[in-house]
Amino acid sequence: MALTSKDQVAEYVAKQRRRQELLHYLVTFASMIVFTVLAFIAVALRKDINDYLIAFFIVTMAVVQVAFQLYYFMHMKEKDHGFPALFIYGGALVVFVTVLAFVTMIWI
Amino acid sequence: MTTHAQSLAVSSQRKGFLHWLWTWITTVDHKKIAILYLFGGGLFFLIGGIEALLIRIQLAVPNNHFLVGSEYNQVMTMHGTTMIFLAAMPLIFAMMNAVIPLQIGARDVAFPFVNALGFWLFFLGGIVLNTSWFFGGAPAGGWTAYTPLATEYLGSGMDFYILGLQLSGAGTLMGAINFLVTIINMRAPGMTFMRMPLFCWTSLVTSALILFAFPPLTVGLFFEFFDHIFHANFFNTANGGNGIIWEHIFWIFGHPEVYILVLPAFGIISEVVATFSKKRLFGYSSMVFATVLIGFLSFMVWVHHMFTVGLGPVANAVFAIATMTIAVPTGIKIFNWLFTMWGGQIHFTTANLFAIGFIPTFVMGGVTGVMLAVPPADAQYHDSYFVVAHFHYVILGGVVFGLLAGVFYWWPKMFGRMLNETLGKITFWFFFLGFHLTFFPQHFLGLMGMPRRYFTYLPGEHFELGNMLSSIGAFGMAVGVIVLLINIVVTTAKGKRAKGDAWGIGRTLEWSIASPAPEYNFAQTPLVKGIDAFWKEKMAGNKKMTPAEPLGDVHMPSPTVIPFLMSLSLTLASFGFIFAANQAGKPHTGGLITAAIGIGLMLLLMLIHSIKDDHGFHIHKEEIMRIEKEAE
Repeated sequence: MALTSKDQVAEYVAKQRRRQELLHYLVTFASMIVFTVLAFIAVALRKDINDYLIAFFIVTMAVVQVAFQLYYFMHMKEKDHGFPALFIYGGALVVFVTVLAFVTMIWI
Repeated sequence: MTTHAQSLAVSSQRKGFLHWLWTWITTVDHKKIAILYLFGGGLFFLIGGIEALLIRIQLAVPNNHFLVGSEYNQVMTMHGTTMIFLAAMPLIFAMMNAVIPLQIGARDVAFPFVNALGFWLFFLGGIVLNTSWFFGGAPAGGWTAYTPLATEYLGSGMDFYILGLQLSGAGTLMGAINFLVTIINMRAPGMTFMRMPLFCWTSLVTSALILFAFPPLTVGLFFEFFDHIFHANFFNTANGGNGIIWEHIFWIFGHPEVYILVLPAFGIISEVVATFSKKRLFGYSSMVFATVLIGFLSFMVWVHHMFTVGLGPVANAVFAIATMTIAVPTGIKIFNWLFTMWGGQIHFTTANLFAIGFIPTFVMGGVTGVMLAVPPADAQYHDSYFVVAHFHYVILGGVVFGLLAGVFYWWPKMFGRMLNETLGKITFWFFFLGFHLTFFPQHFLGLMGMPRRYFTYLPGEHFELGNMLSSIGAFGMAVGVIVLLINIVVTTAKGKRAKGDAWGIGRTLEWSIASPAPEYNFAQTPLVKGIDAFWKEKMAGNKKMTPAEPLGDVHMPSPTVIPFLMSLSLTLASFGFIFAANQAGKPHTGGLITAAIGIGLMLLLMLIHSIKDDHGFHIHKEEIMRIEKEAE
């Protein structure tokens, strides 16, 4: 198909973008399923692997999954999401500092 | 014939009253909601004030039998709870609702429906809390409701505390979300963040603090709720729970809460001092920085309320240092206000008197705050009247002085009439001197060893003089408040009408439109060219703001009764849970069914609200032109 007019170019670009986006969705969705399966496998292999290592592994994958969820499925990677990002990271920081205080120096 | 006419007149009058009531119940206009908040908060302020007077009567002389034991505890608990949650918070929301959309050049708030819902939840939550007086006694565990005292030993009063605060807390959270979105999304063209009036900045930070601080309160109250009504064991040590967790949760909320209260007051002071010094606010960007920094630090200091719990030297030291660092941004603010006044043309209006009175008073509260932040010293001050004096200096001397400054400053913009300045100055002097007479001696009572929350003391303990002075001062403040009420009644009846620029030296956008503001706020959205946008236009010789758009129809949200009904259904649910609570065994079924009905109604109303299409209405161009002409 020859791209002659501006409209056709725009339509072509939009179509490619949609395909790209769909691919992103599918890849993230598949990788999230893989991560979940890995988490279950890690727990199943509890006898052979150190418990802390398993916990660290699962939490790391949980963080990655949350990031996928926010950035790909909830559109935080797109433009004009600065304030949601600011508030999410601000809230996460506050919670992190609070939890850090509890696990490092406070007797509950 | 005459009887017929009379009955007609009566019925039309009654219809008139109902119609009037209906407009207030269904309103989603932020200016009307501001007035609702002002009167709701004002009502609870008076109730809390009467409770304070009762406390001071009991403590005026040693060995008094006016209010003893549990009765004293109830009055003291309700005084604290009412003043923090039901007076200070809504009065701050009154100021925010009245002013923020006008200051950022917006026609409305982002979520008018949520805004109305927030008000009704707060108000009915307050009513739920106060009905406890008539159903077996008010909560008596202090405003902090420490467990296991509050969950296991105090009976039904605490149910009212838990559910009343849950309701009004939900309202506060909604109000905060509304203002966050309003300030971020609805600023007029040219109103960049660094051109916003400082009150908008402090309200923005306060709203963010509410967003992060109220969820812990909600969770903590739910824990107490399950412990108290369904006999869960979150705080029951005998069954493996832990009472200290409540203290942590409460103060993770509670410390940001005090900054939530005081930051908007800082904003009001910044506006009032700058306007009445006829100068730009000194160090605007450092003020913004200080505000954000205070907001950030407020989440890292909660343990300073718990130094005597025994959390260990490392925790105490870290949190002590974190607490002391807050003095730095606060100091920046104090100096900025002083430098704003320096060389300015100071007008000693009542609003400015409160603002100027605020500065030394708040500094004194801040100094005792730094003293309390030193853990070894805190071991001495803890739970004594020194602490009582400290937090009244910062909350009454800070927040309430700020709010009164704001009330006097923005009253003409809210109601279209000036408050009387002579009566206002009488209010100020009674309130200011009464305040210091009440709370200054309490520092010394605390240092001499008088514990807080005790209902009496014995003769010969050297507490007589301080307590008597304190009680006299409390009545001085009461006189000030009564004069303020007289002022309001008199000026509403026949006060001087306010011009748009009521003080003649207004700097920010709210003074560029008529007083009171028309329903649509701005006929044309203004174009903002700098900080203190209206002052800039006046200096350029313009009487009005440069418009950023042609005159057109204005879209408005329709009034709706659903927020009120939603709040009523949650109130029903609250009462259901309160009467379901049974100290001895299983919760009563009747109460649970009532609660289920309330929650069901709430869900139904949410469904109705989502299904019903409401496109609002338009105020037409001709109508706007007519209103604008009349205002001139």
